[in-house]
Amino acid sequence: MQLEVNDQLHTFDAQPDTPLLWVLRDILHMTGTKFGCGMALCGACTVHVDGQAVRACITQVSSVAGKKITTIEAMADDPLGKQVQAAWVELGVPHCGYCQPGQIMSAAALLKQTPKPRDADIDQAMSGNICRCGTYTRIRAAIKRVAGVS
Amino acid sequence: MIIENISRRAFLGAMGAAGLVLVVGCGKRTPPAAAQKYGADSMPHGWVDDPLVFVSIAPDGTVTIVCHRQEMGQGVRTSLPMVVADEMEADWNRVRVRQATADEARFGNQDTDGSRSMRHFYMPMRRCGAAARQMLEQAAAASWGVPVSEVQAVNHEVVHRATNRRIGYGALAEAASRLTVPSRESLRLKTPQQFRYIGKGEVKLVDGHDIVTGRAAYGIDTVLDGMLYAVVARPPVYGGKVASYDAQAALKVPGVVKVVQIPGTPPPSEFHPLGGVAVIAHNTWAAIQGRKALKITWNDGPNASYDSNAYRAAMEQAARAPGELVRNQGDVEGAMKGAAKRVEAEYYIPHMAQAPMEPMAATARIADGRCEVWTSVQAPQVTRQRVADHLKLPFEKVTVNVALLGGGFGRKSKPDYVVEAALLSQAMNGAPVKVTWTREDDIQHGYYHTVSVERLEAGLDEAGKPVAWLHRSVAPSISSTFGPNVTHESPAERGMGLANVPFAIPNLRIENPAVEAHVRIGWYRSVSNIPHAFAIQSFVAELAAAAGRDPKDYLLELLGPARRIDPRTMSDTWNYTESPDLYSFDTGRLRRVIESAALQAGWGRQLPAGQGLGIAAHYSFVTYVAAVVQVAVNEKGDIAIPTIDIAIDSGAHVNPERVRAQAEGACVMGAGNALLSEIGFKAGRALQSNFHDYQVARIDVAPRDIRVHLIDSNFEAPLGGVGEPGVPPIAPALANAIFAATGKRIRSLPIRDQLAGPGPMKAAAASTK
Repeated sequence: MQLEVNDQLHTFDAQPDTPLLWVLRDILHMTGTKFGCGMALCGACTVHVDGQAVRACITQVSSVAGKKITTIEAMADDPLGKQVQAAWVELGVPHCGYCQPGQIMSAAALLKQTPKPRDADIDQAMSGNICRCGTYTRIRAAIKRVAGVS
Repeated sequence: MIIENISRRAFLGAMGAAGLVLVVGCGKRTPPAAAQKYGADSMPHGWVDDPLVFVSIAPDGTVTIVCHRQEMGQGVRTSLPMVVADEMEADWNRVRVRQATADEARFGNQDTDGSRSMRHFYMPMRRCGAAARQMLEQAAAASWGVPVSEVQAVNHEVVHRATNRRIGYGALAEAASRLTVPSRESLRLKTPQQFRYIGKGEVKLVDGHDIVTGRAAYGIDTVLDGMLYAVVARPPVYGGKVASYDAQAALKVPGVVKVVQIPGTPPPSEFHPLGGVAVIAHNTWAAIQGRKALKITWNDGPNASYDSNAYRAAMEQAARAPGELVRNQGDVEGAMKGAAKRVEAEYYIPHMAQAPMEPMAATARIADGRCEVWTSVQAPQVTRQRVADHLKLPFEKVTVNVALLGGGFGRKSKPDYVVEAALLSQAMNGAPVKVTWTREDDIQHGYYHTVSVERLEAGLDEAGKPVAWLHRSVAPSISSTFGPNVTHESPAERGMGLANVPFAIPNLRIENPAVEAHVRIGWYRSVSNIPHAFAIQSFVAELAAAAGRDPKDYLLELLGPARRIDPRTMSDTWNYTESPDLYSFDTGRLRRVIESAALQAGWGRQLPAGQGLGIAAHYSFVTYVAAVVQVAVNEKGDIAIPTIDIAIDSGAHVNPERVRAQAEGACVMGAGNALLSEIGFKAGRALQSNFHDYQVARIDVAPRDIRVHLIDSNFEAPLGGVGEPGVPPIAPALANAIFAATGKRIRSLPIRDQLAGPGPMKAAAASTK
């Protein structure tokens, strides 16, 4: 099986119904994409497939063959992704940080689609990402900082 | 940064034993044998303030500081090394942080809980940094042949002003390493005016960049050559056992390598595994698929009758009859009889699961008679001990490497999952095995927050002031997880806001009726303060309503004048392990946070229909917190929280930026606890399984704006805790706000859709008779 992740082609053996999450983590050893629930309920595993935010834990690897997969490990190479990461650091968003790769992937996808999001847009795009430490007010502030909205 | 672990340290660039001989005469403090020990002194292995243990300097000047407490989001890997760096005049940009392995004999207590890392290690870490600074100054003075009094360490170099000579820390490391560590009495600590980083809040998180780029390594991210992956099917009922199992279908799942049974430990199960059947595979997904294919017959045991509805009814019955006396003053019965008005209310707070975003995971490898584990745990020392116990290895033959914790909240104080990994590695002849808990495992096999019925009764005089107060608290105890026949709250649980009620009420009785636990009860951020504060702070507002008074004024009046109360006079023998003299209950400080939060929130201002303000205050982890919650309830009963104003007095704020962050997180978790979270049981089995039915706060329901108000304090006063004390006031402040907005009194958590339903909302004050 072949997969293009962060502009690199990977060849490996896997059952076709294996979720992309476990291919990334256990087979390609790219552990920036996190396991949180396995049911697309928490967003910790969010990656981009052809620029869209998807939950890797319920995405069968066979369904993304031939598509461009981007993970948190490559976000710094993306101008917008880099801005999002910088805002996260600048505002001290993370506590434990475990959910933040997923939060950043969701936020970057939101900002690509909606460069000037309103609060309702942020609620809509980000409510699938749980942060148990409760960093939501700073996540919202960081998104607004990148967008240049108040 | 990838978390680096260390098992041995060299100081100031000198490697190995040469540095270690210098430990003599320093290190662990031995208090007088007879003296009652408090705080860090009372913890296993106490504290260590030896720079040889915590600091090393490379020839290029890079300073490496060991963090011996576990990072789970509170910022300790930044804040504690920052304290060392400040005192030693190190340039933070040239500091690296290394995580200690489990070794309390070397590092002092590592058990990261109870909101006490900074409280207990602020001073030892300052002394550690000051000793390193003085050794560097001494080495520089010797190299120049000048008196040490003429030189000064300034920002990573030592300066001789008279001759304008300077020499960097890297160049001094070798010589400094040969010096004797200065005695504690000879240390010259900085004055607060000299602090470079402490109290400033300008230092960025050491792991911040790695977190946002996906490079930060959590326990679950461990990758070892030839590693296998496992999940475990555990008994659905606490104390249950495998009666029989059939692994045939599981073994046919592609990628599955082996199926093995692991033994459990009957209740009280402490930190031991629950037992069950493990599936070991070439990746986690294959292991999960294999587990689905297992056919297991369970022998559920006596807890199979555990039913949350029946249990609640039994707790309510227990709360309506006298129970074990916790505290008594005056004549409650007599005063109740003479009261002009009586008010009573019962509150219910359910089980909850910590549900850290990183589920429990551990990797173990056994080779050459040694076991090494990689995991994320709050309590590394007991983890090491339990792994050694289960493998029948000497303690010295076990290494516990601690990665970042993807949240802990008390769950990762219990290393049952690490023992599982060790047992499975053993079953695979020592091959590295990673055990991952799925979210379902986490929600259904937890160490749950207790469940609680809190019954309060008060007698009011003609003016509406309480003359009698009776509180009965019924809740299974955490101690039941550790010992048999436990039916009462422990001194620690009673000390979390049950016994230590500071109200100026002449007749007061607190009781604790018996109840048995049927699941593993464990620590959950803020622990028993959650139910106690919810009940008491709601009840105070109910009394204010019954008296026709403003809830904030009424609360202040109940607290009475500013005074320091010895916790022992309130039957609190625990006092968060702190000295009752150093840490008495200062009602003046509680008054001040109430006044501050109220002022900042604009208490008393007019709000649109459907909106209200509620206030609550609570003292926990020797810190004073008050919160004003603004709530907006629409006609459908949907609840929004536009603003929380939270005021905190935890003494001086070493890293105020992280104190604010913790307060913000506490507001969110407190709101989630109140609005959404509940674990229920039927037939001994948890009814919830994942985040669709075990709900927690998300961005759309979380407080929209959180304003943290830090009460300034000087660095002379003892420090309070920060991680937990923000949580307890949030739920009662929210319930009080809902009452102000709608007239509906919430007495049972979670609130969920209790405000939904047709018809206008009616004012419902506490029942009076």
